[in-house]
Parts: sequence; structure tokens; C-alpha cells
Amino acid sequence: MSRKLIDSGNNAAALAARLAGIDVVAAYPITPQTPLTEKLSDWVASGELDAEYVAVESEHSALGVCIGAAAAGARAFTATSANGLLYMSEQLHWAAGARLPLVMCVVNRGVGAPWSVWNDHQDAMSQRDTGWIQLFCRDHQEIVDTVIKAFRLAEAVHIPVMVNYDGYYLSHTYMPFELPEESEARAFVGPYRYEHALDPDHPENLNSVTLPDPRNDSEGNLRGGYMDIRHNLQQELHRSLDVLEEIDAEFNRTFGRGGAPILDAYRTEDAVVVLVAMGSLAHQLRVVTDRLREEGVAVGVMAVQVYRPFPARQLVEALAGRGQVLVFEKGLSYGHQGALFTDLKSVLYAQPERPKIGGFIVGLGGRVIETETLYQQVREALDEGDDVASRWVGVQL
Amino acid sequence: MADKRFRILTSAATAGPGDAGRTGSWRVERPVIAYEKCTPARTGKHACHLCWFYCPDVAVSRELKPSFNLEYCKGCGICAEMCPVGAITMVAEEEFAGEEAS
Repeated sequence: MSRKLIDSGNNAAALAARLAGIDVVAAYPITPQTPLTEKLSDWVASGELDAEYVAVESEHSALGVCIGAAAAGARAFTATSANGLLYMSEQLHWAAGARLPLVMCVVNRGVGAPWSVWNDHQDAMSQRDTGWIQLFCRDHQEIVDTVIKAFRLAEAVHIPVMVNYDGYYLSHTYMPFELPEESEARAFVGPYRYEHALDPDHPENLNSVTLPDPRNDSEGNLRGGYMDIRHNLQQELHRSLDVLEEIDAEFNRTFGRGGAPILDAYRTEDAVVVLVAMGSLAHQLRVVTDRLREEGVAVGVMAVQVYRPFPARQLVEALAGRGQVLVFEKGLSYGHQGALFTDLKSVLYAQPERPKIGGFIVGLGGRVIETETLYQQVREALDEGDDVASRWVGVQL
Repeated sequence: MADKRFRILTSAATAGPGDAGRTGSWRVERPVIAYEKCTPARTGKHACHLCWFYCPDVAVSRELKPSFNLEYCKGCGICAEMCPVGAITMVAEEEFAGEEAS
């Protein structure tokens, strides 16, 4: 029997990680950390969670410990935010290249300087090229479900998964959600399987130096060079979308939730205009959609639930042939445009009839995004009826 | 244990000399061992062998008189650091100039 709770997004994530049967948690406890890892440390201390909690001296070490734990055959978990994620950056690339099935929650926040503890997506956007799978949640229920599914996904494709949720909007607010029974969650996730874990009876050097070309290892087996190994990661990242759909379908059969793990559509069937966003902002855009629908505008929302690997085929299927696509996002490639916006344009480029497309940068560093403002921006874009190049919304000075 | 799929998943190798190529050419200092201090050499018993254990290039032999494979020894000096009796000294390669190249 699942139970209904009202709790914070951080506690939802902690509960889900606990249900998944983590063996090792490594975390740096100071800002920009959240109560998520504090909760886990409480449970380890009280004996409610049978895991090793390693308090480290930095986020770089936190991920380093998880890398070592996963390679040794343990299910490892960590969490961070903003500059903490960036301090991990070198280890993020390593974890993906080493193909270790870690799961990490990133509570999305603005990146300093100037210092900010408030929400935007710049932390995750800046790490999009590390080779991790990046999933985004819109509410507390999605945090619970995504964390549980993330372990299955990571272990199926040997790629680490970053579960993103909005700082404060989700992390510190309270919302009702259903929590699966521990035995059901454990049965769904299954025991940790990493067939390449270190084995003292058969010692190996993992991630030893590669040469530009494949070469024989000391046992005479031809092993990939750097480029072959990296190409395999790229192929598996693309395949992971299909794997995620399979896992989500099984989750849906087991727990009765899910069904749209890659793109989640709201009132888009006949929509001429589609609003695109990630995270809680996609839920906020539903309010704008409902209002515009009442005014007779055929508009809908497409929530992007997976940012990396970029769901190109799914987005083309969902958006090609629409009249207008408006992307609202909380992160950008500085000196260019919104990251999701430019990625989306790149996949629509090859379409014979592409929609007019607009990009809007909103809510950086927690700048409040009024639903009324979103409505006005959509209205203006509809009136203009043309492409909009990455427009900053809500700048006051 | 490396199955075919894993050979391209990431790099891995059983520890062996030459894992990282012929690293002997990197060396600017060479380990020189004083057997009169070395525990296994002095006692005639297989003990200690920390130089063998810690060598990242598997370039130290596990013998009563440990020796160094200079084709792979990159001169990192870990063996000298680990030796509890100070039997290993790192000596600049230029001291060996003129000797037959290893």
C-alpha cells in the first residue's frame, strides 16, 4: 500500500532515494546543499536507512566517493546545487565516461557570482555536455517517481542520471504526494547490478589510459581507444530514451503513475501554439494556457522532461507543423541564447515546415515569474506572429 | 572477466607492465636500491615488498632482491617514499649518462 504524504520536495527526494535502497551517500553539508542530504544522514544515524554516509570536505570529493562506491559495487547517491555542482564538474565527466550508474539530485539554483540561493536552471545547463542523463521534475510526485526510475535507468544503460528539481519552488515547498511501499519500490528497482564492479579476486585497473587507437590489453583483448569508448557513450545516451520509456511503462503498470517520461503534453492535440518549458515552469504555463483557451486561442504546453539526451525525434514529432513554438527557460549559453531554445531550433531546422519560434529567458536567480507576465509575453508573441530571438523578460534596471 | 561489450564501455586492464605504454622514457630520476638495507634482501624472507605493492606501473619485481624494470619505471618515486627502511634512493638520470640505455 502506498501512502499519501504532505512534505517538502527535498524530503520527497530523500524518501525516494531511501526507498530505492541506496548503499552509499556522500555529501558536502554546507551551502549550497539542501535538507535532502541532512534527512538521509538522520536516517543513517537512527538506523532507519542501512547505508554508509560519507561526510566529505567538498562536492568534488562527494562525487569522487560515489564514483569509487559505484565501481566497488554499491548503489551510490548524492545531491547538490549551483556552485556545488560546478565544483563537481570534472568528476561529472569522469562518472559518465567511466559509465557508472550513479543517481544525483540537483536542486536547481542560480550560479554565482553574484551569489544567489534562488532558483534557475543555469547550474544544470552548464553541465549539459558531461554525458549525464538529465531529467527534470515539475512537482513533488514527479520527484519521488523520477528518483526511483532514475536508479533503474542508470543501471540499465550504465550512465549516471541527474534528477533536477527547482530550488525553493519545489525543494522547500510542501505538496501532497504518494509514496510507494518500501517493498514495492525495492522490488521495482531491484538489487544493484553492476557486472563490471571491482572484484578483489580479479583485480583490474578501471579507466586506465587510452591511446588514440584501439589496442590490446594485457590479456590480449582488443580494447577501445578513447574515441570508440566515447562513441559508445553517445549511442547509449540515445538508446536511453527508449529504455526510459520501457521503465516508465513498467512503473505505470506497477504504481499507476507516469506515461509521459520524455515529453508531457497539456492541451496540445489541436494546438497551433505550443509553449515549451522544463520543471515547475511547465505547470505554471498551464494556467496561461487555460486562460488563452478561454479566449479562443488554440494553445498547449509541452513539458520537456529529459534535457540530455535531447529528445530530438520526439520534439520534432510533437512540434513540426505547429504555427508557433514559444520556449520559456531559466538558463542560457551566455553570449548567445537560451540553451533549450537553441537546441530546439537545431532539431527543427531540417523540417520542411518549421513553426515560428520564440525564446524567452525568465526567472534568473529567482526573479519572480508572474503568471500575468507569461500571459502578456505569449499574447505579444502571438500578435507579432514571428520568430523571437531570446528575449529577457522581467529585467528591472 | 572483461566481456566483449565492456571492452568498449570504458577502458580497463589487468594490472601489468606497459598498461600506460612504455613509460620508462618519462623518467628523470631512477630508483636505486641498497640491498644491505632492504628487508627481504637482508633477511632472505619474503616480507615487506611495499615497493612492489605500490608501484603504479608494476615495474618492481617481488623477489628477495627486488629489481626495477626500467622500460616501464617512469621514475615517480613512490617506491622510495614507501620503503620503510630507506633502502631506495631516487638518482638523477644524468648520473647514468654514458651507460648503456635501458
